[in-house]
Amino acid sequence: MSGAVDEAPGGAGPQRLRLATVWLAGCSGCHMSFLDLDEWLFDLARQVEIVYSPIASDTKIFPAGVDLCLVEGAVANTDNLALAQQLRDRSRVVISFGDCAVGGNVPALRNLWDASPQAVLNRGYMELADRSAQHPRAIGIVPELLPQVLPLHAVIAVDHYLPGCPPSAERIRAFLEPLLRGEPPPMQGAAMLRFG
Amino acid sequence: MSVLTLWVDGAAVAVPAGASLLEASRAANVEVPTLCHLDGLAPVGACRLCLVEVDLPGDGSPTRLVPACSTAAGEGLVVRTATVQLQRFRRMAVELLFAEGNHVCAFCVANGACELQDAAVAVGMDHSRFPFQYPRRHVDASHPHFVIDHHRCILCTRCVRVCDEIEGAHVWDVANRGSHCQIIAGLDQPWGTVEACTSCGKCVDVCPTGALAHNDDTTAEKRAARERPALLRSARERQRWHNQGGPP
Repeated sequence: MSGAVDEAPGGAGPQRLRLATVWLAGCSGCHMSFLDLDEWLFDLARQVEIVYSPIASDTKIFPAGVDLCLVEGAVANTDNLALAQQLRDRSRVVISFGDCAVGGNVPALRNLWDASPQAVLNRGYMELADRSAQHPRAIGIVPELLPQVLPLHAVIAVDHYLPGCPPSAERIRAFLEPLLRGEPPPMQGAAMLRFG
Repeated sequence: MSVLTLWVDGAAVAVPAGASLLEASRAANVEVPTLCHLDGLAPVGACRLCLVEVDLPGDGSPTRLVPACSTAAGEGLVVRTATVQLQRFRRMAVELLFAEGNHVCAFCVANGACELQDAAVAVGMDHSRFPFQYPRRHVDASHPHFVIDHHRCILCTRCVRVCDEIEGAHVWDVANRGSHCQIIAGLDQPWGTVEACTSCGKCVDVCPTGALAHNDDTTAEKRAARERPALLRSARERQRWHNQGGPP
């Protein structure tokens, strides 16, 4: 477990930290909440370089040498799993961002349905279809479901947890500000910890 | 009335004989976290959140871990309520509760008014280190006014106790063992078919989570009334009727 983030090594002035945000099996609400940081995003942009993000970057391949990676969403399919492993290999500090990454949350409710992903697909795409029922199957294009939806820390090592559904912009800022200064986030009290 | 003197986190405190360690802690202005305990109901020590360390006076025996709610205060006991070990155990207990059931705060009727959610904050839990079990439980919505969602039940047995001890109907009980343990209505019948139920709603009032709710409650709409057993008990036993302006 690495702790807080220190300044990047290198030249005379402090280099901007390389920040990535990732969207796995979640509703994007955590990223919407991130956008609710509003004008603080300008302060953040002075301190970090966003190198990968569904809301702030067009890069399709997760880059190397990432300092901080916020991960929204649970791990539900083979794409989620591959990206989780890749981001772990290429990031110094990984943060479970929101209740889905932290504990599975709503996406993990399918674990209650049946042990088999096929049964889940049958229910969603066949039994409940009004017309043109068919399985969304296209090998190599549509990722296969994993047997169970898992929280991020069940598949890779996680350095920090930021709960909330979604974490409010205030909570995200209170988490990131100390982290960017190289201090541990103050994870105590309802303002920082409450699930839901 | 005989009085016992004991030590709670280094402070001497005097309590009447028969008081629990939880009451002694409160008398010392020490807050011990609880979940299954509810003032006005008999203690059961089910949740293990109120574990405290106790040294018996002068016998040199090893420190014992006991639930404060269901352990009687004793003369000369040395009680510690917030050691590093206890904080670790309490967090572990809450993490296990989250992993054992299907607790999804985001769309729970009790979101924002849930004692399990509050307990997670109190013990500093930012995630559960234990693998989630995703048990297949069910929802019984057969009652005309109320619903029980077993997914969100932590088996605190407050509903069982309030129905038995305060309402006197004993609709609820606990069936099965281990991970199959569950609250049942009547003889494991749909709640709405149990004739003993008076529909008083006390079980809904005291439930710490979203397991018991009014059937028109949706996300974050549950309003619990967890002080009612204590009010009813003081009314019956001490003739203090709070709603008529009596002394508290």
